[in-house]
Amino acid sequence: MSYSETIRKIYLDQIDQIKNAGIFKEERFIHSSQAADIEVEFPAGSSLKKVINMCANNYLGLSSHPDVVKAAHEGLDTRGYGMSSVRFICGTQDIHRELENRMTQFLGTEDTILFPSCMDANAGVFEAVLSDQDVMISDRLVHASIIDGIRLCSAMHDTFKHSNMEHLESKLQLHADKRFKMVITDGVFSMDGDTAKLDEMAELCNKYGAMLFVDDSHATGFIGKTGRGTHEKCGVLGNVDIITTTFGKALGGASGGCVSGRKELVEMCRQKARPYLFSNTIAPVVVSGVLKVLEILSESTERRDKLENNTKHWRKGLTEAGFVLKEGDTPIVPVMLFNAKLSQDFSKDLYNEGIYAIGFFFPVVPNGQSRIRTQISAGHEIHHLDKALEAFVKIGKKYGILGLAKQEIIEKYGL
Amino acid sequence: MEEIKDVVLNYVIEEYLEEDDEEITYDTPLISGGIVDSFSMVSLKRFLENEYSISIPDEKATPEAFDSVNKIVALVREFTG
Repeated sequence: MSYSETIRKIYLDQIDQIKNAGIFKEERFIHSSQAADIEVEFPAGSSLKKVINMCANNYLGLSSHPDVVKAAHEGLDTRGYGMSSVRFICGTQDIHRELENRMTQFLGTEDTILFPSCMDANAGVFEAVLSDQDVMISDRLVHASIIDGIRLCSAMHDTFKHSNMEHLESKLQLHADKRFKMVITDGVFSMDGDTAKLDEMAELCNKYGAMLFVDDSHATGFIGKTGRGTHEKCGVLGNVDIITTTFGKALGGASGGCVSGRKELVEMCRQKARPYLFSNTIAPVVVSGVLKVLEILSESTERRDKLENNTKHWRKGLTEAGFVLKEGDTPIVPVMLFNAKLSQDFSKDLYNEGIYAIGFFFPVVPNGQSRIRTQISAGHEIHHLDKALEAFVKIGKKYGILGLAKQEIIEKYGL
Repeated sequence: MEEIKDVVLNYVIEEYLEEDDEEITYDTPLISGGIVDSFSMVSLKRFLENEYSISIPDEKATPEAFDSVNKIVALVREFTG
């Protein structure tokens, strides 16, 4: 027998170590469609509990929108369930190219290529467009998928301190001898909810002849006046060379992603990016749903406007109640607790109060930076937010942290 | 002339530490201690090469060799003679 008891024990020991370190991840089973109000089975086997979802990436509340669901049904009826092929063999339908064109138009770029996910887009893009003569200079807080993509690429890699433009400039000078320099950042950072300084970055890239790469997964559809993304907010539409983004968050939340940007770079991905070449095409039903989402967004900014108002209401409520928040204006609103155990206890208490929000701690965020990450949606109504706030205040009082500054919370609970 | 170890220590502080971080010494584990991401080592290698006009082969630039200021100084001395 190849899978011996010795091998089994080694894995069981590793799983125990994860449990003992307090970082064992458990899934919660949701029995309803994704929305502000959901029904959850947790722990497994327990009866269903109705809770308000405060941790979905469903920023525009479109995951279960009736028009999107209807369009997906129509896609299923007219284009079938699966394509049983990668794109370049026999997996490209007219609607795949239509979605690429619509994304190009929406993002204000030159061309777009779809990937099975944004994780795949980030995993494939760097290797496809850079070589060992080049350098990638990334913000130290970029998403894990970018780090994986960087690891797969033969170009030199360096980092700059989070959003520190002086440090970035020093790195552009240090690597002046490289053929191509690519500056890499998230548009909105997923754990902190802050926004990259794309205007300053674009200026530096221009000064030092570098390309600019942005992963706008937590921005596409709602950041900027018309929801184009961080590049719209920062006034640099057309100045970002590569944008990667996802359809798995605001744009319907199903799956899929893309690389959008300079025509030649997109073409290089079509020729060389391995997750594009060796993974299945996006299912027609998903493509049909995303096309409907883009239609909805092009008709009105109502949903992103509502999201903006909801975010302001939520931030104001938490601030007035005396919580320490990460500063920002995006729908990612981290409530800082600093201590890992406190973040877990707080999350459990919230769940008992009917509020679903997760505590994050090391290694997902730096040590001593534990938090509850809340995410606001256009699918929330004010009564959802007010009920959630009531629960936050009740539990905040229980732990005696309301009105305390960062240092005071740390003194009380430790890091 | 400033001692190599102070030059390296200052560079590590400037390059890798954030405002809230604790102070480090010449023997603080940098990579195994999570202060320097092995990913970010390239700037340290390039800095040393520029500062001391040396070339450190990739096989010598290991996470172990870069794991403390004292170890980095020993590595630099190998090449400066």
